Amino acid sequence: MATQTVLQKLEILADAAKYDASCASSGTAKRTSMGGKGIGSTEGMGICHAYAPDGRCISLLKILLTNHCVFDCHYCVNRKSSNVARARFTPQEVVDLTLSFYRRNYIEGLFLSSGIVKNSNHTMEQLVEVARILREEHDFRGYIHLKTIPEADAEIVHQAGLYADRVSINVELPTDSGLTRLAPDKDARQIEGAMGRVKSDISELKDARKRFKHAPRFAPAGQSTQMIVGADAATDADIVGKASRLYDNFRLRRVYYSAFSPIPDASAVLPLKRPPLIREHRLYQSDWLMRFYGYKPVEVMQATEADGNLPLDIDPKLAWALKFREQFPVDVNRATKEQLLRVPGLGVKAVGKILASRRHRNLRLDDVARLTLSVTKVRPFICTVDWRPVMLTDRADLRSLLAPKTEQLELFTA
Amino acid sequence: MSALQHLQADTYHVVHLPEPDDFEFWREQARTLVQCDVPPDRIAWVEPGGNGDLFAAAPAAESERGMPVPPADARLVRANKRFVTLARNAILHSDPERFALLYRLLWRLQANGRIMEDKADPDVRRVEELAKNVRRDSHKMHAFVRFRLVEDEDGEGGEHYVAWFEPDHHILRANAGFFMRRFANMRWSILTPRGSLHWDGTTMSEGPPAERSDAPEGDPTEDLWRSYYASIFNPARLKIGAMLKEMPKKYWKNMPEAALIPELVAGAQNREAQMVDKGKSLFADGLEDRPDTLAAIDKAIHACRKCPIGQLDNHAVMGEGPDDAALMIVGEQPGDQEDQAGRPFVGPAGQLLDVHLEKAGIDRRGAYVTNTVKHFKYVQRGKRRLHQNPGAKEIDTCRWWIESERAIVQPKLVLAMGASAARGMLGKTVSITKARGRPIPLEDGSELWVTAHPSYLLRLDGPAREEQARLFDADLAAVRTRLAELAAP
Repeated sequence: MATQTVLQKLEILADAAKYDASCASSGTAKRTSMGGKGIGSTEGMGICHAYAPDGRCISLLKILLTNHCVFDCHYCVNRKSSNVARARFTPQEVVDLTLSFYRRNYIEGLFLSSGIVKNSNHTMEQLVEVARILREEHDFRGYIHLKTIPEADAEIVHQAGLYADRVSINVELPTDSGLTRLAPDKDARQIEGAMGRVKSDISELKDARKRFKHAPRFAPAGQSTQMIVGADAATDADIVGKASRLYDNFRLRRVYYSAFSPIPDASAVLPLKRPPLIREHRLYQSDWLMRFYGYKPVEVMQATEADGNLPLDIDPKLAWALKFREQFPVDVNRATKEQLLRVPGLGVKAVGKILASRRHRNLRLDDVARLTLSVTKVRPFICTVDWRPVMLTDRADLRSLLAPKTEQLELFTA
Repeated sequence: MSALQHLQADTYHVVHLPEPDDFEFWREQARTLVQCDVPPDRIAWVEPGGNGDLFAAAPAAESERGMPVPPADARLVRANKRFVTLARNAILHSDPERFALLYRLLWRLQANGRIMEDKADPDVRRVEELAKNVRRDSHKMHAFVRFRLVEDEDGEGGEHYVAWFEPDHHILRANAGFFMRRFANMRWSILTPRGSLHWDGTTMSEGPPAERSDAPEGDPTEDLWRSYYASIFNPARLKIGAMLKEMPKKYWKNMPEAALIPELVAGAQNREAQMVDKGKSLFADGLEDRPDTLAAIDKAIHACRKCPIGQLDNHAVMGEGPDDAALMIVGEQPGDQEDQAGRPFVGPAGQLLDVHLEKAGIDRRGAYVTNTVKHFKYVQRGKRRLHQNPGAKEIDTCRWWIESERAIVQPKLVLAMGASAARGMLGKTVSITKARGRPIPLEDGSELWVTAHPSYLLRLDGPAREEQARLFDADLAAVRTRLAELAAP
C-alpha cells in the first residue's frame, strides 16, 4: 500500500470518529496562554467553531489515532471484520494538526479516541503520548478530551486524566445483554470498574487541591459516557434508568446518546433502519428534565407510552403534564418554583423571570407572554390574574392541539 | 433646580461620544446629567459617524447647551450591578437609540431601585435584548474568526496570522482580551470594517477600519480543515435548521469550510441511501423483518445471495428436526454431499456424528440439526469441489438465519460444533479448547455448549484421533446429562 498523506489519513480518521456524539469543550478549569510559551485558553464557556449540516457543533478536532481495531463490535464501523479503509496517525502528526488548526481558530482543542491496536495498554499509551507532547513540549493550554480504554491498566488511564480536561469511557449499549450480543469483546463490569476508578481519581485530586496548591489537576471537566440508541431492543425507559444510575454511581458530567446510524459495511445482526432522530432528541430532553427540572427518573419513565418509549410527537415534559392533568393549572402568581418548572413551555429562564417579576406585579397573561416563547403552549396549564383555562385543561384532544406541526425546513430559500 | 424648570427652558443637551463603544464616557456624562436632573427627553446622544444627529446640521443652536455642572449638594446617582453589567454590553450594540434607552432606564432607576428585577418592563426587556445580541455577536466572533497565515515580508521572518471578520456590533475592542489571552505567544491581527487590532506578542495596538482586500486570500491548511469538515459530517443525520440557527448564512462568506455546505447537503440524501443500500444487499429483498416460520426461512435462504458463498453454484441447505426441539445441533456449513442431498449432516462427518450421538444416548431425530452458514463454500479443483472455511464476515452475514431459526425453535440447549458455529452463536471467535465442557449463557436464557466439529476427528489419525474422540464423547455425554436436568421440572 502506498504511503498515505496526512490529508488522506485525516479523511479516514475523522470519518471514523463522527459516530462519537460529544463535542463539548466547556466546564473545565480556566486557563490562558499568558505567561506561557504556547497557545490556548479555556474560559469556562465552550465555543462551537463551526456547525456541520447534521446540526452538530464542531468544537474539537475529533479524530481517531487509528481505526485499526482488534475488537469486533457489530455496531462499529471500525470493527475487525469490517472492510473500511484503514489509516494510522503518529502521535506527532496529531499534535501538528491540532496546533495548526488551533492557531487559525478552527477549534477549541482535541478529542482523541482510537481503535485498539496490538493491545489495550499500547493503544492507551499512544493516546497519552499525544496529550503529553501537546501539554509538555508545546505548552498547549486548550481543551483535551481523551477517550480511555477500559481494558487498559489503571496507571495509564490515570496519566490520561492528568493531561486531559475530560476523560470518557463509553458504556456503548444500555443493557448488558445488548453489550454481550453486539460488543462481544467488551465487558460491562470492566467498563464500570474503569469509570469507578476515574471517579475516585477525580474526587481524590480535587480534594488534594483544596489542601495543596500545587496538587495536579485531574480531568477538571469530569468524565462522560456515550450510549448507542436503537441498535438493540432497549426501550427509552431502560435507557433513562441506565443513565440515571450512571449519573448517580459515577458522578458523570454528561451521558451522551447517539442514535444508531446505518454504517457502511454493517454487520448483519443490526437493524438496517436508523431509529428516528427525534428519539435521540427526546432522550436528551428527558436528560435535561432530570438534570435541571427536578424530575426523578421514575417520573420520566411515567411519561413513556405503553411500549416503554417516549412519545415522538410531543416532548417528555408535555407528555408528563398530559398524564398528570390533576397537577394543573398552576397559578403563576403563587406556585412554587418546582411547580412552575413542571409547566410545559416554561423553561428554567422563564421561571426565573416569572419569580423575579411577580414580586413587582400580579402577572397577567400578557406579562407571561412577554416572558416566554409561546404563550399558546403554556396557556392550558396556568392561571393568571385574568386567565383560567376552564375547558382547555380537560379537553381530550389537548395533545393534538399542542403537538407541534411538522414542517419541512428548506436551506436554500431566501 | 427641578425637571420642570428644564422643560420650561425648552433646552436640549447634545452629548457627542468620542467612540461608539465608549462606556466609561457615557457613564460620566449620564451621571452628571442625572445629578443635574436633566430628563431623558432633553438629551440627544450622538455617536461618531452616526446619522442620528439631528442637531449637527443646525447652527450652534440656542437650544444646544454644553454639559451642565451639578450643584454642590447633588445627590448620589444610583445604579445597581445588574444595570451596569447589562449596560456595558448594550452600549456596544449598533442601535443608535441605545444611549438614550440606557439613560432613560438609569433615570427611572433613581425612582425605583428594583426596576431591573421587573422582567416584564419594556425598557428592561429592550436593554436585555440589546445586551443579549451583543453577547451573541461576541460569542460568534470568538467562534468564527478565521486566521490565515502570512509569512512576513519585513524581514522578521516570523509567522503572522491575519483574520478578516465582519461583526454586527461595536464589539472589536471589547473582545481584544479574549484573543490576547488565547493567542498570547502568536503574532496576529484582526481586521474589520469598524477597525482593526494588532498583537505582536507583547502589546496590543489599534488600527483604522480595514477592507476585505487587506486580508490574505487563503491558507494551505484550509484544505485540511475543509476535508475535516466534510468528513466529520454524518450524512445519515441532516439537520439543516439546527445548523442555520447557530451558524446563520451571514457568517458563511468568511468561513473557508462554509463553501462546502451546499454540496454536502445535496450529497447527503444520496450518501445515506447508498449506505443503507449497501447494508440492505446483505439481506434478501423485502426481508427486513425476520421470517417467522421455518418454511419462510427455507424459502428465503434459497434466494439469499448476500455473501460470495451464495453466488456459487450450490443450494441452500435448511436445518431439519422438530420445531420445538430442546436441543439444537449446529455445524459449520453443508459439504459436497449435503449440498447435493439438500439435507444437513448426511456426508462422512454426519455419519460420524450419528455414531457418537448414539453412543452418548442422544436421539438425533429429537434434535434440530442445522448449520451456521447455509450454503456450501468450495473451490473447484478439476471435477472436485474442495471445502473452504467460511470467513468471519460470511458467518456474521449468515447469523441472521440461524438466529431466526433459534427464535422459532427456542431450544433449551444449543450445541455448537466447531469454531465457525461458535462464532455464529457468540459473534466472536473463541478457542474450542477453552470454551468446551461448560455451559455459556445465551441472552434468551438458553445455554450454549461448544465442542469440536466431527470433521476434525476425520482429519486425525492414531492416538490424536482417539484423544479427540474421547473429548467429543465427553462433551456429548455432558450435554445429554444437562438436557435431562433442563427437562426436569
